[in-house]
Amino acid sequence: MSTVFEKELADLKEKVLRLGALVEKAISDSIKSLTERNSRLAAETIDRDPVINALEVAIDEECIRLIALRQPRAGDLRLITTTMKITTDLERIGDLAVDISERALELNEEPQLKPYIDIPRMAEIAQGMVRDALDAFVKKDSALARDVLRRDDTVDQLNYQVFNELLFFMIQDPRTVSRAVKITYVSKYLERIADHATNIAEMMVYLVEGKIIRHMLPD
Amino acid sequence: MTMLTTELKAEAENLNFYYGSVQALKNINLSVERRKVTALIGPSGCGKTTFLRCFNRMHDLYPHNRYEGRIILYPDKINIISPEIDPIEVRMQISMVFQKPNPFPKSIYENVAYGLRVRGISKKGILDEAVEKSLRGAALWEEVKDRLNSLAVDLSGGQQQRLCIARALATDPRILLFDEPTSALDPTATSKIEELIIELKNEVTIIIVTHNMQQAARVSDYTAFMYLGEIIEFDKTDKIFTAPSSRLTEEYITGRFG
Repeated sequence: MSTVFEKELADLKEKVLRLGALVEKAISDSIKSLTERNSRLAAETIDRDPVINALEVAIDEECIRLIALRQPRAGDLRLITTTMKITTDLERIGDLAVDISERALELNEEPQLKPYIDIPRMAEIAQGMVRDALDAFVKKDSALARDVLRRDDTVDQLNYQVFNELLFFMIQDPRTVSRAVKITYVSKYLERIADHATNIAEMMVYLVEGKIIRHMLPD
Repeated sequence: MTMLTTELKAEAENLNFYYGSVQALKNINLSVERRKVTALIGPSGCGKTTFLRCFNRMHDLYPHNRYEGRIILYPDKINIISPEIDPIEVRMQISMVFQKPNPFPKSIYENVAYGLRVRGISKKGILDEAVEKSLRGAALWEEVKDRLNSLAVDLSGGQQQRLCIARALATDPRILLFDEPTSALDPTATSKIEELIIELKNEVTIIIVTHNMQQAARVSDYTAFMYLGEIIEFDKTDKIFTAPSSRLTEEYITGRFG
């Protein structure tokens, strides 16, 4: 029964996963372009962003169409409304990957200030958060989504640590300020990516359990 | 179940109902809140209309039908399905509007006045006042005030249904029962009836059976999902339609049933 609608919902989910895959790749390529000083990869990442934007709009339009034509209820309604919200977060993550790539292009023009240690760690955690939040979407696994929420603190701590370390560089030698500020930006962008992944994970808890847990203290 | 206020109008307690040897309702427990709309939904044959008809003793019209348990009407706390209670009196207090408009082959005026005449009221002043009040209550007065003596069957389907609502209102009922009141009406007439239901709940408690789930979502405060003679889930309507607790409810309202 209702097989056409079910196929439409399956297509919608598949589009969200395709968007997620593009965004994950954008994060990892942008960081790689920085750590491996690969400006060509940074430029490619920037050039691919319109694909992410177009897919976000296409998913939104599909959601609006399904709401208008199918009057979704209960789990279907939660799937469509959460999809509309998480695509916004995914698209913003794509924009942050562009920002990282732009800073990479600038930093790659100058000698490397210091070996990148915490930045790749942050990127790995943030990217893992996005991946697992989407995995929770596929598997309807709210326990996995809640696990994603717990990882956000680690990223926040690393961001603070990177900032303090770079502050020390800047105080020691003002000639490092320009580069150090750009690296703190990158760190902040990663911290924002983890925040967006947190939003997605919170929506996944709503999708699965029907419970809104945003703005609540973790249990 | 989240029931915020505690002002009940009616309460079914361990209600069973049998058509001869066939059990159509199984241990129904349900609270009906005063001046709210409670919707009964579920697939055909689930017992929702059977349950609705218990409220005004419609089943008494046929032999071999049997009630068990109680339906308590508040604030008097009388058990309306008790054999000691006169079904005619119950129907004065708990009126029903049916699927198809069923006006009597009489004038508009006499249709509305009918229930009061049955009660022995014949003073023209009282009847005139009640007819106007009821027709206004059913949002029909402006359309028919100049032709109260015309035959009711000459009205459009939607007007006939509002006339039946006026007729039901005339005896000043405590509960109005609606059995799929718009399934024979076009979308415009349907939305008028839905608006009316929402207005009427300021005055009267409403229970509605509907096959149209969007209608249940639009007009009701509480929704009960029934299946095979049982209440599977009863909760606030917005909860039922966004995040129902039962898998059966979820499957039914998302159209994946059976």
